[in-house]
Amino acid sequence: MATSLRAFSFAGLCGVLSNVNNTADNTTNSDWVGRSMQRVEDPTLLRGLGRFADDLPTPPHACHVAFLRSPLAHGEIRAIDTAAAAAMPGVVAVITGPELKAHSTPFITGVKVDAPQYALAMDRVRYVGEPVAMVVARDRYLAEDALEAIAVDYQPLPPIIDPERAVDATPLHPGTEGNVLHDRRFRYGDPETAFADAAHVVEATYSYPRNSCTPIECFCVIADYDPGLDAFEITANFQGPYTLHTIMARSLKVPGNRMRLKTPPSSGGSFGVKQAVFPYVVALGVAARIAGRPVKWLEDRLEHLTAATSSTNRVTNIRAALDQQGRILALDYDQLEDCGAFLRAPEPATIYRMHGNMTGAYGIENLAIHNRVVVTNKTPTGLMRGFGGPQIYFPLERLMDKAAARLGLDPLELRRRNLVPGGAMPYRTAPGALLDSGDYARSIDCAVNEGGLAELQARRDAARAEGRLYGIGYSVVVEPSISNMGYITTLLTPEQRERSGPKNGALATATVAFDPSGAISVAVSSVPQGQGHRTVLAQVVADVFQMDPLEVAVATEHDTAKDPWTIASGNYASRFAGAVAGATHTAAVRLRERLTVIAAADLNVPPEDVAYGNGRIFATGNPDNSVPLGRSAAKAHWSPLSIPDAAGAGLRETAFWNMPELAEPDEGDRINSSGAYGFIFDFCGVEIDPVTCAVRIDKYVTMHDAGRLLNPMLANGQIRGGFAQGLGAALLEELSYAPDGSFQTGTLADYLAPTVMEVPELTILHDQSPSPFTPLGAKGLGEGNCMSTPVCIANAVADAIGGEVTTLPLTPSRLADFLLPDEPASSAPAIAPLIAPKILDGHALQGQGGTVVPAMPDEVWAILLDEQKLAAVIPGCHALEMTGENAYRADVTLGVGPVKGRFVATVALQDLQPPYALRLVGGASGPLGTSQGEGHVTLRETAGGTKVEYSYTVAISGKVAAVGGRMMDGAARALINQFFKRLVSQVDDAVAAPGLWARLLSWLGLGR
Amino acid sequence: MKPAAFDYACPDNLDEALALLAEKGEAARICAGGQSLGAMMNMRLANPAALIDIAGLAELKTIAVVDGAIEVGAAVTQAELLSWPELVDRQPLLAQALPWVGHYQTRQRGTVCGSLAHSDPSSELPLALALLRGEVILQSRKSRRVVGAADFQTGMMATALAADEMIVGARFPITKAGEASAFLEVAQRHGDFAIVAVAAIGDQQGARLGVGGVADTPGVIELGWPVNDTALNDFAWSLGGADDQHATARYRRELVRRLGRRALEEVHDALS
Amino acid sequence: MRYLKAGTRHTVRFVLNGREAEGEAEPRLLLSDFLRHQLGAFGTHVGCEHGSCGACTVRVDGKAVRSCLMYAAQVEGREVSTVESLATSDGLNELQAALQKHHGLQCGYCTPGILMSLSQLREEEPDADEARIRDVLSGHICRCTGYHGIVQAALEVFGKD
Repeated sequence: MATSLRAFSFAGLCGVLSNVNNTADNTTNSDWVGRSMQRVEDPTLLRGLGRFADDLPTPPHACHVAFLRSPLAHGEIRAIDTAAAAAMPGVVAVITGPELKAHSTPFITGVKVDAPQYALAMDRVRYVGEPVAMVVARDRYLAEDALEAIAVDYQPLPPIIDPERAVDATPLHPGTEGNVLHDRRFRYGDPETAFADAAHVVEATYSYPRNSCTPIECFCVIADYDPGLDAFEITANFQGPYTLHTIMARSLKVPGNRMRLKTPPSSGGSFGVKQAVFPYVVALGVAARIAGRPVKWLEDRLEHLTAATSSTNRVTNIRAALDQQGRILALDYDQLEDCGAFLRAPEPATIYRMHGNMTGAYGIENLAIHNRVVVTNKTPTGLMRGFGGPQIYFPLERLMDKAAARLGLDPLELRRRNLVPGGAMPYRTAPGALLDSGDYARSIDCAVNEGGLAELQARRDAARAEGRLYGIGYSVVVEPSISNMGYITTLLTPEQRERSGPKNGALATATVAFDPSGAISVAVSSVPQGQGHRTVLAQVVADVFQMDPLEVAVATEHDTAKDPWTIASGNYASRFAGAVAGATHTAAVRLRERLTVIAAADLNVPPEDVAYGNGRIFATGNPDNSVPLGRSAAKAHWSPLSIPDAAGAGLRETAFWNMPELAEPDEGDRINSSGAYGFIFDFCGVEIDPVTCAVRIDKYVTMHDAGRLLNPMLANGQIRGGFAQGLGAALLEELSYAPDGSFQTGTLADYLAPTVMEVPELTILHDQSPSPFTPLGAKGLGEGNCMSTPVCIANAVADAIGGEVTTLPLTPSRLADFLLPDEPASSAPAIAPLIAPKILDGHALQGQGGTVVPAMPDEVWAILLDEQKLAAVIPGCHALEMTGENAYRADVTLGVGPVKGRFVATVALQDLQPPYALRLVGGASGPLGTSQGEGHVTLRETAGGTKVEYSYTVAISGKVAAVGGRMMDGAARALINQFFKRLVSQVDDAVAAPGLWARLLSWLGLGR
Repeated sequence: MKPAAFDYACPDNLDEALALLAEKGEAARICAGGQSLGAMMNMRLANPAALIDIAGLAELKTIAVVDGAIEVGAAVTQAELLSWPELVDRQPLLAQALPWVGHYQTRQRGTVCGSLAHSDPSSELPLALALLRGEVILQSRKSRRVVGAADFQTGMMATALAADEMIVGARFPITKAGEASAFLEVAQRHGDFAIVAVAAIGDQQGARLGVGGVADTPGVIELGWPVNDTALNDFAWSLGGADDQHATARYRRELVRRLGRRALEEVHDALS
Repeated sequence: MRYLKAGTRHTVRFVLNGREAEGEAEPRLLLSDFLRHQLGAFGTHVGCEHGSCGACTVRVDGKAVRSCLMYAAQVEGREVSTVESLATSDGLNELQAALQKHHGLQCGYCTPGILMSLSQLREEEPDADEARIRDVLSGHICRCTGYHGIVQAALEVFGKD
């Protein structure tokens, strides 16, 4: 609160707290809008009485669904055996790809390619966590029991994880020619000439990682199917966009009016993420249809982190052409976008959402963009707070620092020289955005003064004088809000767009109504996930009717069968403040006009002499001549024949609000991709710990101009939340994959969301340049810090270390790679190298060791080649069968400590050089995951028996890798040691030489 | 993420617990706080057929100084030991290490001995036990034995516990006059598993340095004064850490050298 | 000795928010699931089921603990309190009111767990300072607020603002 008050007084000092008078109705006094009103949502939530998806009642015969998921990044499904699972207690159905396919079609995609995605994998898995089968059972516990009984025979295929390698790799989808599923070049102005004439060209390549906002509530879907109507009724904590409603209905093979989609009253956060619940809506719809009863699925955290969704990871080569003075003549982006295994809708939207504002906050006339979108063996991507923003601002704003260094300019000065001038608004950028309002230079000046940049610079100088690693970073960002429904069609050529017809607009809707008691209600299709929409809409409507906002009831749960909605409905692209609050205002004003007609008759004055105040309607000339607002409103219900015809019937107004500025892309591929554009200027000071290389944020200032603020407290709450997530992306968070495609961050102990200890104080400042294009002058602001903060911190870190930062997150270990001096070697003698293992592509774990076995090499050899004895050597072997010459299949229990799992293992002995050397090739597969590996074993006669030396490489994937990454290396070693312990034990038995046991065990210690 | 089915036993006394353990053997797991085991069971990484809950056994809820060591019963939570009034005087190292164990909420369920039994390579209490040359008391229906830390922790999440044995207590030697200690840890977030944790204890003659988070089990060396960088470096290499998604082996070695030195310096400063 | 066989349901009797309560549970039923789906105490939320996020925190015999890492069978005879116990007939308690005032919640999903931890701290350490408050809060992940409002609310209640 203190911050918001300070910010406001400052904004006033700067003379930028403009009088917001561009609303549709200028007779309304802004009594509530603009105030930090406490939230109407809170008293319920604080009592634990919010109704979240998993709190809603389900019918007694409803069943629970659990998903069997791929442990492999890439593999062919050769067979699935569900018989044992189907026979387990409480199991109602087990559904695999082919069964699902009978009732659904692939999801429609924006890019027309033959890479079909269904809600379950068909003949191939393409990412760890991809759903392979569904169990429908009486409860979730039983469903998970049955998952363990499903046997899937996978043929592993080489995984493709690195997007740059994906470009030329074997296609993931047999129907496509390569893995680049979209490739388009754009050119605005004359970038070639600008680069040719430039005094300076700076260039760099940056890589933005995968991360996720990970709401604390996971996905939830409840589905039922009515065969009588061939209709689905589904409740899900879906957040929109409702473009996906069409996709879900199509996939379920019903028209939209037979897929009724409801959202619960409360949602436990989304940040874009819950867009990606849509494939599960289809899966559960099919499950309900097959099982013949209602079904429910609640995603767990491991499922969520592994397979829900992700931001795109992107590799960007960016170039800037500058003149002598540091003005940017042209920008050239070469973007390689990794959308994971499928271009799941609305992808490849991440790369196009920013298209109109790819020049950032700068006035740059010439622009070249090359967009390529590849598929890799990773989770499909989707909406994520900041959508597309961090992926362009990380390279753009890093490059600004690099350019400043090249020209010997202060990084902030270089930015200032290139800003879109304040007087130029509204300003059309080269790629087509219509920047609606703002005075960027003014906002920066205010922030520099109010935020204390000079003091921070002095602090940096002092720290550096002491030899400390201290740096300052800046970022300047344009934050788009209210997405143009047509921006995604920028990916099509003008000719393709011509053929498919225009897509445009961003239609918003709201309904305001009086009931017979004279009370007022608002309903919207904004599907909030914690932002406080109900509070803000109560404020908006209270102002229109000059009443207490607590008397305005706002419903935000939504039902596509009964409530107004549009294709643009939903909670995304920061569209609430501009579009939804605006539509609500429009509906309320229309309703008031009609109520005014009724009240004028009651008061016996002309409508233009009617005014509102304190919940009453009165005559402006004689305030004593008044009626309670509710009494006039109730008349529309109780005595419709007695009110003037001009009031119309039924006091309910549903407004649809559109933005004429949001046209489809033009023939030059110019697109106004968003309806409003806020401005952000951030700066921060960081210090790197000289011992641990950890980054400490010393001070962080963020300046926002999001137009008119509807509720400053909530606005600041959005900024703080976005900042914490941006900070996480900068320093902590990554959905990480090993080169072998295994997923490594399956728990919240591995995927590191910031806690209260990691989030520093934040200074928030506001400028307010109302948007001329939204009804209330408001713009979105909740996503901005996910765009501005990662690069601001990266710039500060680069400044501190005096080096380049090309990827995130900036973990201490990563910074150590840059900062640490050459490492001293150990003074202990190096262990003599053993035979070098052939490193299989991308295998994460390698090791080697040796032991002495009290037998001659041929005796040891005999054990390894003997089926019965081998069975005794393999740890936890229950049964071993020979499947070919020197090839075996075994049923084993493997584990370390309390972690144990049943696996089917295959082992083949190859390259036999009896009795001196052989190669072991094999793998294991079970509920805990899969592994593949190979080892080389050599036998050498030595004093006391045979020296057995081994080396191995192993790849481990699936659950155990996702949740136990930090222990995989040790686990592999422990299992190898178990093998050799047993080998020694077998030899002991075979040569009957007791007493050696203790000595040999001590040798095993060397094997580590 | 739901556990597989298991029998749940809540014995009334230690004898009942031991008898049941003897009967069930490897199929059973002792559960005290369940803060690690419970998470592993929810993920079905561990699927014991029976849980024997000893959290309520009064005879295991004791903290006492016995024969020069703080003897902590197997049902004593981390929070209870942390708030034991004598802790700082009896063994300051434990008071330094315990706040790093998990979080406020998990320390109120998680037990000291449970953490030792779990033997996570990154956890703080096994490191403290190893550094202090403490012992664990293992009991089965037939026998009771006291095992030193180095012999108890046999590997990553592996211990010397036999199938019919449980930890009934742990013995942390009390501090001696003229001793000082230090505990430092680097994790990416507060409360995370340590990337590297170091603990040091020493007197005028020399010091011991322990490291967790790098090798499968805590590593401990003895050093004299002044701190010998070559010895520290050799120690760092000998632990043989591996890369994972959070940190490289090289970073871990660097932390062993740097934090090791810092911890030893803190001990040295406290002595003088 | 109480011995509950796998796969069979047993009655669990305990005190929930000051009242005698009972429900049926298999040994493996998590306390979080038991509270929510057997007893209708939906205020306790589930966020990770591995003890990391703190959303499911409840108080058992006064101690704030993860209900996803306990089994229903383990609260036999004990006192459990959840977020539903906090508000009085007069309205929100001081912690709840402060969270509202300082905008310490957005989606409200992590909030019940945070309230239960802070409740214990308030009772046991009414003079806790900011460092201690943050240490306790570090056992909770909130993805909405950036924690600022939560810390401000706690500081006010603990008289440290």
